[in-house]
Amino acid sequence: MFRDPNAMIVLAGVLLLAFSSGLVGTFTFLRKRALVGDAVAHSILPGVCLAFMIGDSRNMLYLMLGALIAGWLSLFSMDVILRKSKIKSDTATALVLSVFFAAGIFLLTIIQQSGKGAQSGLDQFLFGKAAAMLPQDVLVFAISSISIVLLIFIFYKPFKIVSFNADYGRSIGMKVGAYEFLLSTLTVLAVASGIQAVGVVLMAALLITPAAAARFWTDRLSYMLIISAVMAMISAFLGTWISYTSSGMPTGPWIIMVLSVIAVLSIFIAPKTGILAKFLQARRNSNKILLENALKSFYLAGEKVNNFKIQKTEIQWQSICNLNGAVLTKVLRKLNRMKLLLKLGEAWQLSDSGIEESKRIVRLHRLWELYLNQRLNLKPDHVHEGAEAMEHLITPELEALLSKELGNPELDPHNSQIPYSTKP
Amino acid sequence: MTAFWIILAGSLVAVSCALLGTFLILRRMAMVGDAISHSVLPGIVIAYLISDDRSGWVLLTGAALTGVLASLLIEWFHRKARIQSDASIGITFTWLFAIGVILISKYAGDIDLDQECVLYGEIAYLPLSTIVTESGYSFGPTGIWILLLNLILVLLFVILGYRGLQITTFDPSFAAAMGISTAFWHYGLMSAVSLTTVFSFESVGAILVLAFLVVPAATAYLLTEKLRSMLILASLFGVMASTGGYYLALWFDGSIAAAMALLSGGIFALIFIFAPKQGIIFKYLRSEKLLSGKSLSAQEFPLNKHKF
Repeated sequence: MFRDPNAMIVLAGVLLLAFSSGLVGTFTFLRKRALVGDAVAHSILPGVCLAFMIGDSRNMLYLMLGALIAGWLSLFSMDVILRKSKIKSDTATALVLSVFFAAGIFLLTIIQQSGKGAQSGLDQFLFGKAAAMLPQDVLVFAISSISIVLLIFIFYKPFKIVSFNADYGRSIGMKVGAYEFLLSTLTVLAVASGIQAVGVVLMAALLITPAAAARFWTDRLSYMLIISAVMAMISAFLGTWISYTSSGMPTGPWIIMVLSVIAVLSIFIAPKTGILAKFLQARRNSNKILLENALKSFYLAGEKVNNFKIQKTEIQWQSICNLNGAVLTKVLRKLNRMKLLLKLGEAWQLSDSGIEESKRIVRLHRLWELYLNQRLNLKPDHVHEGAEAMEHLITPELEALLSKELGNPELDPHNSQIPYSTKP
Repeated sequence: MTAFWIILAGSLVAVSCALLGTFLILRRMAMVGDAISHSVLPGIVIAYLISDDRSGWVLLTGAALTGVLASLLIEWFHRKARIQSDASIGITFTWLFAIGVILISKYAGDIDLDQECVLYGEIAYLPLSTIVTESGYSFGPTGIWILLLNLILVLLFVILGYRGLQITTFDPSFAAAMGISTAFWHYGLMSAVSLTTVFSFESVGAILVLAFLVVPAATAYLLTEKLRSMLILASLFGVMASTGGYYLALWFDGSIAAAMALLSGGIFALIFIFAPKQGIIFKYLRSEKLLSGKSLSAQEFPLNKHKF
């Protein structure tokens, strides 16, 4: 592919388009206007067709101008319908999208019937035909990409405010409307050039999918812009490569295919917010709670006989901890590995560090019960459930504050001893 | 006779779509309709691939499952992956549509289905394949019967399920309290929309069907607040657009389905501007009246007499 100059032109064009829509899409995504991008993509078709009919040529600049005007007009129509009637935004979007698109198809079929359709190459706007890209087209895309990057660079801060908190922007006297208009214009610009590669119908994906995928990897706008653009470009590269190496394969749909796979992978494997990460975190948490609850049961059993080093067999612990056999075996082994529990023959006994750790959990439980009782005036018989959850969550810092706030108390609301660490 | 069949086909599609579209827009799910209409494409392509002639009804019904799959996928992206709902819709339908286009390109030689058909259907060819008995008596175009069957199914769904659809649309929490399953009616509606888009696909294509779903219903929404009259008005606007659209297309020599969709947009624009209550002209006149009306004039407005 790299030796074929035509393929290189196509690749350059597609990469530029993916780059700019990845950037612009981040803002549309954050402003929760992802589907408006979809509507704009469908709506520019009549503009392109009219430009062709009037200008009578497939001049890229002409068509872009027609696309821009139609795109703006569709945004304006959606806005008027929303403001002047009771129609909700989803209906307004779907309505403008479908009617504009119908107008486009109507004009397109008229052009085709008139016999000029064959050489017009207009139908490539529908599904995209990256292979038909010319060097001068790439030049137009380069100019539009550069202007998009420049505008984002210059207006980074106001764009950020408009995307995250437009009300705040208004309150500090920013011209939010103007920046929103500028962002919409960038969207229309990106869409108008992007349809060359992937077509009107699939253009929405280039705006929405990279941004949605990038959102999983970062919380920062600047990183999100970069990740989104890079993901779009990787997909553009792979999509072009697939369609180049296997005959008859369309570029646009393959770009979307790769993009969607990247998005689904991100959903699963992204750190922190990914499904896998969340699942592992949830399992870690429930394991931690299981172990802590078991330690607490050991402590309570020891407290009854005033000897924390009591030895009991697994069967005996089973009734004390109220766990089924298999789970308890695992818990005992795990605690043993953590050196919190000692195994003496058939019997199990808390180690010194185990006693400390179990004391800590019971202490948190009882401190929280006391806090609920004293400060929130809950009855002593209502405080246990809340403490059951909080004992696993309270950090050492919070514990120190709690203890200080309550004046290092000795007894909880049920008159049980609050165990403090015996270590200095 | 051709004109009659085409207008009839358009009207059958329009009425089925208008009835379902009314519920879609009242549930604020118009864009889910968009997503489903794009997403059934891979299902349709696979159905065409497996069956050898176009009357593979059973397979087409199976293709409607892709639409339900799309709505499940949207739910999954939204609830499990926590992606905002508009982006969930966007990712889902572009992906499924891309798969459909790839399948069409791959098996271009094997199936009687091209990209243009996906975009605007082939309603003009619909009267060509007819059911003819051995004695030579013609029952009319096959496509008409399929669309009629679909309309009957939609009518049955809306009439028999009227209460359930109504309650889950307007007051989902009350419905839940009454023990009515919102999920059942949600997926019921999604299945009906999928089935209708699949059956309408041949006539109007995968994308223009959205105009049939949304635009007449939105027009009716401007005029009434009652569900029953909205359903009737929406169907009426659908039939008007289909009839007028046919002659519009004839006049300009363009796509018939696109002209029908375009005309429904035209009807919407007219009502939007001139409707008695919701139209912008009367709204403007009323607000002028309020501002200049005597009862609210500055002299009589008591607050202005006092200096604060």
